[in-house]
Amino acid sequence: MNFEAVATRPEAGTSASAPAVPKMSIRHLDFFYGKFQGLKGVNLDVAERRVTAFIGPSGCGKSTLLRTLNRMYSLYPGQRAVGEIIFNGRNILDSGVDLNMLRAKVGMVFQKPTPFPMSIHDNIAFGVRLYESLSQRQMDERVEWALTKAAMWDESKDKLKQSGMALSGGQQQRLCIARAVAVKPDVLLLDEPTSALDPISTAKIEELISDLKKDYTIAIVTHNMQQAARVSDYTAYMYLGELIEFGATDEIFLKPARKETEDYITGRFG
Amino acid sequence: MNGLYRRRLLVNRWNLAMSLGTMAFGMTFLLWILFTLFERGFAALSPTLFTQMTPPPGSAGGLLNAIFGSFVMVLVATFISTPIGILAGIYLAEFGKQGWVANVTRFINDILLSAPSIVIGLFVYTVYVARAQHFSGWAGSLALALLAIPVVVRTTENMLRLVPSSLREAAVALGAPMWKVILMVTLKAVRSGVVTGVLLAVARISGETAPLLFTALNNQFWSTDMNAPMANLPVVIFQFAMSPFDEWQQLAWAGALLITLAVLLLNIMARTLFRQSATS
Repeated sequence: MNFEAVATRPEAGTSASAPAVPKMSIRHLDFFYGKFQGLKGVNLDVAERRVTAFIGPSGCGKSTLLRTLNRMYSLYPGQRAVGEIIFNGRNILDSGVDLNMLRAKVGMVFQKPTPFPMSIHDNIAFGVRLYESLSQRQMDERVEWALTKAAMWDESKDKLKQSGMALSGGQQQRLCIARAVAVKPDVLLLDEPTSALDPISTAKIEELISDLKKDYTIAIVTHNMQQAARVSDYTAYMYLGELIEFGATDEIFLKPARKETEDYITGRFG
Repeated sequence: MNGLYRRRLLVNRWNLAMSLGTMAFGMTFLLWILFTLFERGFAALSPTLFTQMTPPPGSAGGLLNAIFGSFVMVLVATFISTPIGILAGIYLAEFGKQGWVANVTRFINDILLSAPSIVIGLFVYTVYVARAQHFSGWAGSLALALLAIPVVVRTTENMLRLVPSSLREAAVALGAPMWKVILMVTLKAVRSGVVTGVLLAVARISGETAPLLFTALNNQFWSTDMNAPMANLPVVIFQFAMSPFDEWQQLAWAGALLITLAVLLLNIMARTLFRQSATS
């Protein structure tokens, strides 16, 4: 019932040259909002310790696809997915799947920063406490570790007791990333994480993404094509619920195989 | 200045004058009520209000037993209605949503919200007082709780619905079970709004007379026995204000002032709390 990795691979290289191993394999995925079909037969591998970007015009299904990867849609009656998403040897779309365990392994960061109404320290401790019982000291270490990972330890170490809601937008978003990283998930899903932020905060978070992929598998939805080109190793272009093209980011941006992809990327469409 | 624009100016002035006029009309009566109440009430205020019991006709006394009775019954009613109301509100906002159970509950709650309080009093009289064969403080508390529950349910649900779904999703995305999400994140986010709802419910029930007439009745003497008839401010006011005795009428004014001040205080507290939550 849990999603611990079934086998540990020999130390994976973090350079792009090392072969990519699929962490989540999506096969024949259809998604329905009631009667409306939001995804049509999507096949895609999210590679381990790589950044996979989903791009496409609004309503193309990229966020929907992301929300199937941690079954977030299950909160809403009337939304359902059909097909297979294999994660650590199990199809997470099966009805018997423990969603809380799944979500502890597949973290998510949202478009708008969502700090909880509690202190910075507790924002991070909240998720950790759910699955681990740490001593006060271990917890403090974990909070420091997570905030360091999210590149905001220096600016927050003196105000851990302050409310997370009092931070600036960019800091709130990095707090949310720290919170997601703190529970040590396998996969991080980022749903347009910088679209509500200023350019400086955006740059910080992009830097962070490149850093985090050493340890985590990352899937990111973005409206910003330059961002996809900058941060991702693989890019999937989606349109009207279908996966139009998927491949290494360089190839997608430099010599896309499909005319539709090229039109979108060059700004002739979308 | 063309004709169309001039006409618009005139219409604007006319409508503004009308709305100011109606506002003044309404406020006149409100201020008149408050003025009379304060004038008569402050004249009747004295330290003996808080030290002596309600007197027999024709002699001086205080309101201590009524103040105490009202306080205890409202307190008990609050303790009964707060958990029930908050839990029901949580169910409606977080679990039931648009299901038929939730919709039926919401509909019934709305009816209860606007039910005449005398009906609630009669109901408790029928199911409790008539069977127990005596009026009691418990029955009074029960009637008041029934009046408070719908208010708490409604405000709790409304407050929780204000929580953006992204906050809920963010907690769920960490692998938190639903009850923890609600208790530690969503309910916490609207804590002061929910408390405001409870305070407003308390304010609403502390002035209710009709439900107490059939349940707690009244008691001229000091009594802390919740199983016996219990004195309370609204019924004392009702009884004393209609009597021909001057001392009783004075006490009725004083009691009315006390209730008004208490409700005013609760409302101010609710507003301050709510404003704090809005700015943070």
